[in-house]
Amino acid sequence: MEAICSRIIPEDQDAGAIQAGVVHFIDTQLTGFYKPLQKTYRLGIAAIDQTSVRSAGKKFADLPPDSQIALLEHIQQDADLKPFFNLLVDHCMQGFYGDPRHGGNRDRVSWKMLGVPYPPVRGRLRYDFTDPSKGEKPWL
Amino acid sequence: MALKRVNAVIIGAGAGGGVVAKELAEAGLSVVLLERGKWYSAFDCRKDDLRNQRTCVLGNAFGPDDDRNPRVAVDLQGHERVVRASGPEYNNNAACVGGGTFSYGAMAWRYMEKDFRMRTTYGHIPGSTLADWPITYDDLEPYYEKAEWEIGVSGDVSADPFHGPRRKPLPMPPLPSNREYQILHPAAKRLGLHPFDLPMLRNSVPYNGRPGCMRCRWCVGFACEVDAKCGTHNTVIPKALATKNCELRTECVVKEIVTNDRGRATGVAYFDADNRLQQQDADLVVVSCGAIESARLLLNSKSKLFPNGLGNRHDWVGRNLQGHTYTGAFGLMPTDIYDDLGPGASIAICDYNHGNPGLTGGAMLCNEFIRLPYQFVAMVPAGVPRWGKAHKDFMRNTYRRAIAVQGPTQEMPVFDSHVQVDPIVRDFWGIPVARLSGGKHPHTIEVSAVMARKAEAWLKEAGAEQTWLKLSGPGLSAGQHQAGTCRMGDDPTTSVVNRYCQVHDIDNLFVIDASVHVNNGGFNPVLTIMAIAYRASEHLVKQSKGAGLS
Repeated sequence: MEAICSRIIPEDQDAGAIQAGVVHFIDTQLTGFYKPLQKTYRLGIAAIDQTSVRSAGKKFADLPPDSQIALLEHIQQDADLKPFFNLLVDHCMQGFYGDPRHGGNRDRVSWKMLGVPYPPVRGRLRYDFTDPSKGEKPWL
Repeated sequence: MALKRVNAVIIGAGAGGGVVAKELAEAGLSVVLLERGKWYSAFDCRKDDLRNQRTCVLGNAFGPDDDRNPRVAVDLQGHERVVRASGPEYNNNAACVGGGTFSYGAMAWRYMEKDFRMRTTYGHIPGSTLADWPITYDDLEPYYEKAEWEIGVSGDVSADPFHGPRRKPLPMPPLPSNREYQILHPAAKRLGLHPFDLPMLRNSVPYNGRPGCMRCRWCVGFACEVDAKCGTHNTVIPKALATKNCELRTECVVKEIVTNDRGRATGVAYFDADNRLQQQDADLVVVSCGAIESARLLLNSKSKLFPNGLGNRHDWVGRNLQGHTYTGAFGLMPTDIYDDLGPGASIAICDYNHGNPGLTGGAMLCNEFIRLPYQFVAMVPAGVPRWGKAHKDFMRNTYRRAIAVQGPTQEMPVFDSHVQVDPIVRDFWGIPVARLSGGKHPHTIEVSAVMARKAEAWLKEAGAEQTWLKLSGPGLSAGQHQAGTCRMGDDPTTSVVNRYCQVHDIDNLFVIDASVHVNNGGFNPVLTIMAIAYRASEHLVKQSKGAGLS
């Protein structure tokens, strides 16, 4: 899955999905709000590997990056594989561009890339990183 | 065991219910206000990009929860699915004290005079139930004013030549303009348009004992950390409670409205916060659950006299479900224009609400609230891939250069876009869930596409080096602007309530929320909901005093 995510949001002059902890985000949510999707993920990742072996003779992670990209571009047109791939893209985006409290966007790397100002409100340093699912309340 | 009888039980502490609670309580009636959700506050401001009422990929921040509150959605091909409350086809608004007003973007619009006379103005639209309201803008004007001053609206509409007559200005000045405003304003003037400062239910200065806006980037969908955003939860509901005549009971889910064999409402049966079934008797019942849930409740309140539900003798309950068709455009400016000065939405034009050649109605157009990074991910133009290096490049290069202009196109109501109750699926409390089906009228799509082009033209004039459109699909519209399901009308065979929101069949049952809207204007509906609630409450109080109730 790391290999797929690193093609969805690659590293370049800025961090990519792996450096930002997108996989950690997905793993965290698969034991939380996305728990009902565990089977979807298992089957979806397996299907991508199967497709990879069938068309290129190797599992996805063993292919060179260009072949990986080409395979994913093929998959996003495939009626059977498309739904899982679109879901994974969306989750990568959440884990990369979303709030760090959910396990991704380590050190706010995507927000730094975009130039989102910090501190978040002029004159206010406080930023809420509390996790409501753990019963935490923001301090004021 | 029945609870102590009260004068009025109000179901739903949202935009409509909150106003009614205060008006009745201040008039001396005893009121029970039931709310299925919780009472959140400024302390519940999380600034969580992935879990808020607008972006709810990790759940609805302010209700309802997925586990206990499914619905059934039927698509245009007739396929039906059980849908989660935080999912895209659910058409959620909120479930909490304040309802949508707790976390909304708070645009505060009066509908225009023509919005109440759409049939007279535009004629019959084949395939649509477009009709005139039984009341006019003039009927509602004093109550619009009351809502603006009592709940609190900031802005400046003096430069808008299209709005209806008004006796008083807005109580608060607009927020100081942001950079998008400064870019879009001269461009609109050059095009011969009439731009002005968006009216918003948001304190721009200290008002009503709460501070002014702190200009953060988390507004629409979020609780306000400083309580500057005005909703019924921090204005009229506390006033209602202060009278000591009103009791608010949260986490109470109404199962049905109880009626007797003389065809009058006697109260409600509801599950309290411990899921025990309770009976609250009342002299009158007010339904303010929002267009989808109000219709659902009426349909679920069956009896021998009302086998198809309350107010539904002619099959108009649940019909004409509508929202707004949001379309618009994005413009890429040649330079960085992002100033992080919230709420972001600041400038509007009403030049295209009416008078569009060959079109019925139109939309107000305004710039959008600040786009948070994850929200912007899906806003890339059609030619840009949705993932990979190209997508990342686009995000990096454009995030601080993009302006979005869009507007709520007024929809042609469709009889078969409607709310029913599902014959099989039930919620956690065993109550049949709402079943949504239907789609948009083709002319709505047509008008909305023209509105998108107008937005694009504005952005081009403002100097956008690249523009792309946001258009709408044909599917059902409801969501946060849901309306229309218990239409107001003089004729009981083609409406559910009369001009005072009284159900035609049942003189002590009222629906006071956007369900009663005949059509929804080309504007966010909340101020109209509040104005109708003030007006209906005034009539209710007169009627109750006449009956010697308080």
